[in-house]
Amino acid sequence: MKNNGYFKELFVGAKSLLVGLGVTFKAFTQPIVTVQYPREKLEITPNYRGHIELVRDPETGECPCIVCGMCARTCPCGCITVKGEKKEGEKRKSLTVFQLDFTKCSLCGLCVESCPKAAIDFSQDYNIAGFTREEFHYDLIKRLEERG
Amino acid sequence: MPEPCRPDSKPHRFFLNMGPQHPSTHGVLRVILEMDGEYVVDPQPVLGYGHRMHEKMAECRPWPQFLPNTGRMDYAAALPYNHGYVALIERLAGIEVPLRAEYIRVITSELNRIASHLLWFGALLLDLGAFTPILYSFDDREQILDILEDITGSRLTYCYFRVGGVSKDIDDKFVERTRAFIKRLRGRFPMYEKLVNGNIIFIKRVEDIGIIDADMCRRYGATGPVIRGAGVPYDIRKSEPYSVYPEFDFEIPVGSKGDSMDRFLVRFQEMEQSLRIIEQALDKLPEGPFMAKVPKKLKLPAGDANFSVEAARGELAYYLISDGSDVPYRLKIRVPSYSNLSLLPEMCRGMLLSDLVAAMGSLDLVIPEIDR
Ligand code: SF4
Ligand code: SF4
Repeated sequence: MKNNGYFKELFVGAKSLLVGLGVTFKAFTQPIVTVQYPREKLEITPNYRGHIELVRDPETGECPCIVCGMCARTCPCGCITVKGEKKEGEKRKSLTVFQLDFTKCSLCGLCVESCPKAAIDFSQDYNIAGFTREEFHYDLIKRLEERG
Repeated sequence: MPEPCRPDSKPHRFFLNMGPQHPSTHGVLRVILEMDGEYVVDPQPVLGYGHRMHEKMAECRPWPQFLPNTGRMDYAAALPYNHGYVALIERLAGIEVPLRAEYIRVITSELNRIASHLLWFGALLLDLGAFTPILYSFDDREQILDILEDITGSRLTYCYFRVGGVSKDIDDKFVERTRAFIKRLRGRFPMYEKLVNGNIIFIKRVEDIGIIDADMCRRYGATGPVIRGAGVPYDIRKSEPYSVYPEFDFEIPVGSKGDSMDRFLVRFQEMEQSLRIIEQALDKLPEGPFMAKVPKKLKLPAGDANFSVEAARGELAYYLISDGSDVPYRLKIRVPSYSNLSLLPEMCRGMLLSDLVAAMGSLDLVIPEIDR
């Protein structure tokens, strides 16, 4: 009979909705999983790949970059500019310009892998915002000095 | 399928633009709908709003520099895209990959597949008007993103696989967290079933909607859960095995009718199968290097190569022609969503507009992959 099926469906359907409501009610009583972002912040993993940053050699305290330009050549997006000059009485070139155009960076990590001296590493900055493009043209030498 | 109420009364027809900024097209897809009242007479997708010339970019740069691009086509499941590209270069250049690296690739790819299915699960239900499930599925997806972030360094557009291996080895913490996640997700499936699969409103909205048979899938080249929903157990992981997939015991879920419900259930069961693969891979995880010795400046030998992988949405194939330099002469990418989208006009002719949303959601389209 047609009517039988109709009432059965009505019953089964109503039950399925109540079961679903039961699930949401159970979730309602459980601890909150979301983080109230601007007020609370999660710890970012140390393996996070942010934009790149020059690093110091822990022994000498100097940046070990030898201005070979490998990073700039490997970068798919062409966002690294390195320049250096040879100073009097020094064996290797010293770094004068290290610009990162973060607007174009795709955070692939190829530059860090290509560096023969491990002079660059990823930073942990993740919540970066700005009003102009130029705010993302980073002078990494300056940033290194500021970090001390 | 309901017939249009006034099939031949032309003057009543009108055009409706769905997209390019429409919440249910998930990206910049535009569908021009010729409507007859509430019925869709002819839906025509319009592509190209997110075109970024990925294939052209590949022809203009040395092959390693294309790696970040691979993760940006299908942003919801980037690792299979990574996998296809590095495996293609490895096949062309004849590089052996260490076993451990292959295992890591499989584990992370499958995690990514689950994350993608969870995203689709939530988004489909959101399209159908259910707001709650996406919050639960994102809670689970978040766990995967955290696990993968710790190891790949990014959360969405991964660039993790390298030619010859992976960029970073996995550690005990990763194994531990992944095992905990498997347990957690298995415990959540019954909840999803209660919340969604049995829900009468959901069933009424997807059952017998958008029926695609196997023959139609073959005509359009549809792959992935779409063809499996039509009852064809076609999965590259089984039919053209790559990497270490032959070593695992898993099933290919298939549907019977080929309606939206079948496609939904196929993806739902696939998550469980992916968990099985991950579990076995973690058990068998071999020791050893995670990166093969690859020459620093690797020139591609002249010739061509093809490599297909099972991405989260179907068959992804890369085809590369090399002229002997390190810049590819041509890279052709065959993406699953493009073929799956082409089903839309035939599938949705004569449907109610609200059913079109359900049917399109069940195809699981990712638009940046179509407009690569
Ligand atoms: S992470 Fe990639 S895109 Fe960014 S600077 Fe390094 S090489 Fe260039
Ligand atoms: S950062 Fe490394 S790769 Fe870049 S110029 Fe300096 S030494 Fe060379």
